[in-house]
Amino acid sequence: MIKDVKITVCYHCGETSETENIHIREKVFCCQGCKTVYEIINKVELCEYYNINENPGINQKTKIRPEKFAFLDDEKVQEKLIHFKDENQSHITFYLPQMHCSSCIWLLENLGKLNNRIVRSQVNFLKKEVSVIYDHKYISLRKITELLTDIGYEPHFSLNSISEKKVNTYDKSRIYKIGITGFCFANIMMLSFPDYFSLGNIEESGLQQLFSYLCLGLSLPVFFYGASEFFISAWKSIKQHFLNIDTPIALAIVITFVRSVYEIISGNGAGYLDSMSGIVFFMLIGRFFQNKTYNTLTFNRDYTSYFPLGVTIITENAIEKQISVSDLKMGHRIKIHHEEIIPADCILFLGKAKIDYSFVSGEALPVEKRIGEIVYAGGKQTGGSLELEVIKEVSQSYLTQLWNDEAFTKDEEKNTSYIHTLSKYFTLILFTIATITATYWYFNDTRHLWNAVTSILIVACPCALLLSATFTNGNMLRILQKFGFYARNAEVIEQLSNANEIIFDKTGTITQQQEAFVFYEGKPLDPSTEQYIRSLVNQSSHPLSKAITNYLPERKILSVKYFNELKGFGIRGVIDNKDISLGSNAFVNHLCSDTIYGSRVYVKVNDEIMGCFKIQSQYRPGLKTVLSQLQKKYRLSLLSGDNDSERKNLAVLFNGDLLFDQTPQQKLNHVQKLQQQGKKVIMVGDGLNDAGSLKQSNVGIAITDNINNFSPACDVIMEGKSFYNFVLLLDYSKKTKIIINISFVLSILYNIIGLYFAVQGQLQPVIAAILMPVSSISIVLLTTGLSSIVSYKLRINSLKSSGNPNTDINHIGY
Amino acid sequence: MSVIFILVGASLLIAIGFLIAFVWSVKTNQFEDDYTPSVRMLFDNDVKQKNTKDHKPEN
Repeated sequence: MIKDVKITVCYHCGETSETENIHIREKVFCCQGCKTVYEIINKVELCEYYNINENPGINQKTKIRPEKFAFLDDEKVQEKLIHFKDENQSHITFYLPQMHCSSCIWLLENLGKLNNRIVRSQVNFLKKEVSVIYDHKYISLRKITELLTDIGYEPHFSLNSISEKKVNTYDKSRIYKIGITGFCFANIMMLSFPDYFSLGNIEESGLQQLFSYLCLGLSLPVFFYGASEFFISAWKSIKQHFLNIDTPIALAIVITFVRSVYEIISGNGAGYLDSMSGIVFFMLIGRFFQNKTYNTLTFNRDYTSYFPLGVTIITENAIEKQISVSDLKMGHRIKIHHEEIIPADCILFLGKAKIDYSFVSGEALPVEKRIGEIVYAGGKQTGGSLELEVIKEVSQSYLTQLWNDEAFTKDEEKNTSYIHTLSKYFTLILFTIATITATYWYFNDTRHLWNAVTSILIVACPCALLLSATFTNGNMLRILQKFGFYARNAEVIEQLSNANEIIFDKTGTITQQQEAFVFYEGKPLDPSTEQYIRSLVNQSSHPLSKAITNYLPERKILSVKYFNELKGFGIRGVIDNKDISLGSNAFVNHLCSDTIYGSRVYVKVNDEIMGCFKIQSQYRPGLKTVLSQLQKKYRLSLLSGDNDSERKNLAVLFNGDLLFDQTPQQKLNHVQKLQQQGKKVIMVGDGLNDAGSLKQSNVGIAITDNINNFSPACDVIMEGKSFYNFVLLLDYSKKTKIIINISFVLSILYNIIGLYFAVQGQLQPVIAAILMPVSSISIVLLTTGLSSIVSYKLRINSLKSSGNPNTDINHIGY
Repeated sequence: MSVIFILVGASLLIAIGFLIAFVWSVKTNQFEDDYTPSVRMLFDNDVKQKNTKDHKPEN
């Protein structure tokens, strides 16, 4: 069927080259673009690039418009992108999504060889970023961007990147705090050991005193620096007249510290500084894990990160000019090129619009628009360039209006953890016990009063309770991350375990975003018939025709006579005196039963039925297994923005609602409706069209095949390739809850024992000093241990089915 | 037993040394990127090898 060609791969990008005409000596390239890149690289003797990895380049077939980066000449835009500038140098960081291997690192770090005005370039591979220092007197930002684009790394700029300064997600001050607190804690513990072993009776009093004062000195940074965030948080909550979780912690820390200082100065004992610093240390670590945000991921993305930075406008005197999208006004005439995103609602003025709304509305097929029709923001033009007139500003457009929905303005914390509720009661109970004890001792024996009350507050601090949750969740986040499941924070895991309804989106979520899957069945087609079919489908813009065009090998297009397209049925034409029809069963008069789902296109040449093309959208691998397992525990629904052509096929897989042709707003409303019925909803989606429902749902999971791509606002980002692990991941989150409960019980036991002695005023200082760190440490060990054991199953499964969980970095190697 | 006084002081000093080293390493962004340096160090320093120009090596 396919003509026999020796397979040659492009020396630059590794793609199969169809022609051998483009070459330099023995090196063949697939297109002129790749050849040009090679020439650039070769000229400056950077060919080492090709030795580190084979065919490391990025395909250059898609041409980039020369004016594309004109907006970078705008001072205002520059100002926002450049993070440091002095008389001679500017510093900027580019995000290069194409970066994929060690050759890339090598080439990008040698940018200075390509242009000697680039002083320095440094790659951060995991973030896919390159920081460039350049001499702005001789080279402009636009030139550098174009240079990067020329060698195949087109930097990605979005509206988001200029509307706010990049914040360093990784919090250095907390790391300092952990380091310093850890240091003090370890040393205080060491100095307290003699006290533990001798049970408070150290022979040499000088030594005892030295140790106590050293501890006191070491505890100062813990109290004033390490614990400061608890005090601030507690103070804020008191000002707002409610008790948050940090209030009892702050109180316990203050009381422990004050009492310890009193004991040490008065020479009555060694105090509880070891427990105090231990608690601060463990709490900080727990918080660090919990609040760990991933550098490469952003969960709160909105439309601004999807929209382009600059847009071409046509001024009244027909001059094309680049302006920043945020300056776009009503009435502006804009020009949109192939593959560009429409930034605002517009009226089509000139050109053939074929707009791909897949990311916005979920429709898999591009929509054609006629002149005079409204084109909504967010769609991507495919084909020629368009002229449009802006009728609404970016912030007023249909798509951006979605973000003004209530679901988005709602408080970040959708649902607070049960830990917080419990801790609130805990605080109340604790204060009650303390008051009762105080009253009792006040009337009976005032000498014990001070001692009993402080030991209650010290011993029964809710830290152990909090620690268990903080640590288990933190550890879970870490483990889940290894399996391509990135949760925003620990509360998300808890919410996952409570869910009872899962809603899926169709396009891009359960189907893969790649093209439809086509195969041919019937009498073999000879090359000339293939040529006829290709010529015929070429006339039609129907998506099925397009799929067939892509499927058939490339042939010269012949002229078609009497071409006729019957909407919904098929196409017919005469080529080389042969009458060819393509279309549905009824159209070609072929009587046979359709048993499989998806679309079929029959081929008839003259009067003979040749066979049919079967076209199916491709589901994610393992979809059936995953869904059938999920059905046992959850109600599964489907909300699709697409039409219902595959309803039959999908009805088997879902036991809940199947809704098609849903607008983003309808999706959101559906989720709301379910929640009003008391359901806890997990929404799995991928595009902007799901953004509203993802936000509204209890847990919004965005599924993406490339985690560095844009993903809508969500709680969890899941890698497409770990989809088959979905059931296990949900299962795992349930087990986390059990683990937390176990450690909860344990910590309550510790608390009861401690309180039992404390209330009676009989708590030996040394016992308290030992009991507290021991309880904290034992809980930390228990929870991390248990969660690692539980994750074992997940690990085994993932090894079995994927072979290797981190394929991202696998390109690298020698 | 008085030797303990010296030992305690010495151990604290050493520990503080490590603490300073830690703070310094955080400050100089040594935890920012823990992957790229491991690749970078494998590149040859001298890239101007004439034989690599326009010539695919045998490896």
